[in-house]
Amino acid sequence: MKELMIGNAAVARGLYEAGVQVVSSYPGTPSTEITEFSATYDEVYCEWAPNEKVAMEAAFGASLQGVRSACCMKHVGLNVAADPLFTLSYTGVTGGLVVCVADDPGMHSSQNEQDSRHYAVAAKVPMLEPADSQECKDFAKLAFEISEQFDTPCMLRMCTRIAHAQSVVELEERVVPEKKPYVKNPQKFIMAPANAIARHPFVEERTEKLRAYAETAPVNRVEMGGTDIGIITSGTCYQYCKEVFGDSVSILKLGMLNPLPVEKIREFAGKVGKLYVVEELDGVIESHCRSIGVDVIGKERFSALGEFSQKSIAEAFGMEPKETVTADTQVPVRPPVMCSGCPHRGLYYVLAKNKLTVLGDIGCYTLGMAPPLCALDSTLCMGASISGLHGFNKASGGETENKTVCVIGDSTFMHSGMTGLANVAYNGSNSTVIILDNSITGMTGHQQNPTTGYNIKGDPATKINLEALCHALGIERVRVVDPYDLEGTEKAVLEELAVEAPSVIISRRPCVLLKYVKPKAPVAVNKDKCRSCKRCMKLGCPSIHMDADGKAGIDNTLCVGCGVCEQLCPFGAIEHTEATMAELPPAQSVAQ
Amino acid sequence: METKGIVICGVGGQGSLLASKLLGRVLVNEGYDIKVSEVHGMSQRGGSVITYVRYGDKVYSPVVQSGEAEFVISFERIEAARYAHLLKKGGIIITNTQRVDPMPVITGAAQYPEEILGELTAKGVQVEAIDALTLAQEAGSAKAVNIVLMGQLARHFHIDYDKWIAALEQTVKPKFVELNKKAFRLGYESGK
Repeated sequence: MKELMIGNAAVARGLYEAGVQVVSSYPGTPSTEITEFSATYDEVYCEWAPNEKVAMEAAFGASLQGVRSACCMKHVGLNVAADPLFTLSYTGVTGGLVVCVADDPGMHSSQNEQDSRHYAVAAKVPMLEPADSQECKDFAKLAFEISEQFDTPCMLRMCTRIAHAQSVVELEERVVPEKKPYVKNPQKFIMAPANAIARHPFVEERTEKLRAYAETAPVNRVEMGGTDIGIITSGTCYQYCKEVFGDSVSILKLGMLNPLPVEKIREFAGKVGKLYVVEELDGVIESHCRSIGVDVIGKERFSALGEFSQKSIAEAFGMEPKETVTADTQVPVRPPVMCSGCPHRGLYYVLAKNKLTVLGDIGCYTLGMAPPLCALDSTLCMGASISGLHGFNKASGGETENKTVCVIGDSTFMHSGMTGLANVAYNGSNSTVIILDNSITGMTGHQQNPTTGYNIKGDPATKINLEALCHALGIERVRVVDPYDLEGTEKAVLEELAVEAPSVIISRRPCVLLKYVKPKAPVAVNKDKCRSCKRCMKLGCPSIHMDADGKAGIDNTLCVGCGVCEQLCPFGAIEHTEATMAELPPAQSVAQ
Repeated sequence: METKGIVICGVGGQGSLLASKLLGRVLVNEGYDIKVSEVHGMSQRGGSVITYVRYGDKVYSPVVQSGEAEFVISFERIEAARYAHLLKKGGIIITNTQRVDPMPVITGAAQYPEEILGELTAKGVQVEAIDALTLAQEAGSAKAVNIVLMGQLARHFHIDYDKWIAALEQTVKPKFVELNKKAFRLGYESGK
């Protein structure tokens, strides 16, 4: 049967057909759907782990148990999981273990543009890269075979244009290999120095065996065409090159990115005139070619920045751009924004109003950086808000403690905020930490996490109590506010900033996009009362605009009646059409 | 046959995913090779979103680039203009007339370019602007804007009406089939 599938769904299908038993992951664009689709197969145990390190370690445990396992993450998630990865390379596996990692060239939804291939090289593990959905499925299966044949975790590298592009896939049946018995093997699995020293030569020998495999592996494919130009490429870049050149050039398509073949490349180089390496991000293949004495044209011609396309490659080869028509008037940009009724908005308004310095984190709430709120000062990586705030306050000698806060989401707090908070308590900075608890992992498209009370299948699960957790981490002052209540939120923030103790404020209200959150009647502007002061415009709510008459207007198709703007208006011009604030459920109960 | 491209664009959350699903279905049913490229994640939060559909005998790249699209289908007026450069010569813009202000317009940092589609028409671009929102509401749901627009596309496309309806039946949940069929017909007949 043939089906149109996005690359991520095809990877999930490949894992399934290969008989995967355990998939543990943390969501991250563009990798998230691999795990979501895996969870649709009842035969596969699937979970959202609190972070990528935990996920990879869970996959390790499953492999140790003797079954096939996988973990999936975005490129920056691999940084978090790097610790187990490097030593997993030494232990190797029992059941096959596949690490799926999705890069994001062009940074559609990421904080950097790092190239995961460096990890495969550094950790000395094999890496495959598919170029369409069919290969996503085929390579996921091949990754398990390589993993077991060579006793190694095997990486599967995706990128946005493969992960989120649909193409046709031929489906096959699931075949589950027999579970291997668990046998205690300290020399292989206890990586204490004596054993690790003995194991390192195995890793080096394995790399050479894998390189020999790469020399003849069918996934490293030569497509001979015209021989004036030869191109070495992989993944989505292969598709762009084929689009531009068809069969007029010769192509060495690498399906295996680590280790790279030597003889195969030399042989190909010998058959063509000018040799180019076309690869997005860093010149990894190019450096390899140079190191084996093959001269290529690479990054001096093709950028290390952003995504490629058939257009950028044609231009790099000096071809004329295609004819187009554009309007002369500039189209205003349309950046992503926090939704109407987003619970983060009220909190951010309070922070901006008080001109606080705000160390931020990774999630929907990073959008608080945008005008008009401009509420954020920094965003580094998952968890850095809390640990960064601690360092910021320590370095100022405590002077910044009463005018600086940090914000971190519920899922991000579980991912890597807890250790930062332990540091605040243990090493004693009077930091004020705000946990934005919207009861879901928002930005990646609503995944459950340990604080939501549900697992990946939507079944009830242990719900970790954030208040109790913060207390247990050594923070005595923990309070909960409703970010729709501006006065109460401001009071809490100012009180906790003033107090000589570390504190946590949990700003709690579920994401408005959650199905169980029912929108309230939209608010409306009483035009007689509006004095055009534009204070409501300071919220940056997509539902509020200034009408042609100079007075505020509310888009009643977008407004969900959160009532935040109503509290801001000094003239009482914004009125609830039906419900009032008194009818809103109390903050404590909404996250159930 | 040469690979052809179609672009579907709009504002995050407007429902372009179902439109590309229907288009993908009808093209697969016709036996074409096809690729569809979407972007998920941050840009979906009310930002400008774009989906590329490419079909032909053998499709390589999943993205449509400048001067390659037969059609730009837009859920919002200025989004049509934003991606007009993707149209090939002789290509057609099909757009919903709905206006959704982007944040720079809301905050007053930029003006909404009301006349921008007229500018494109003056330069010889064929622009089919329809009030898809009203038609969708007439069909029974404001959410059916996507299907109304696909109906308008079908008018200009080489695949028979009945085949679109068959693909529609394969794409949407049974309880929404009638509503979507009506929306499709209203889109198809609009501007006739």
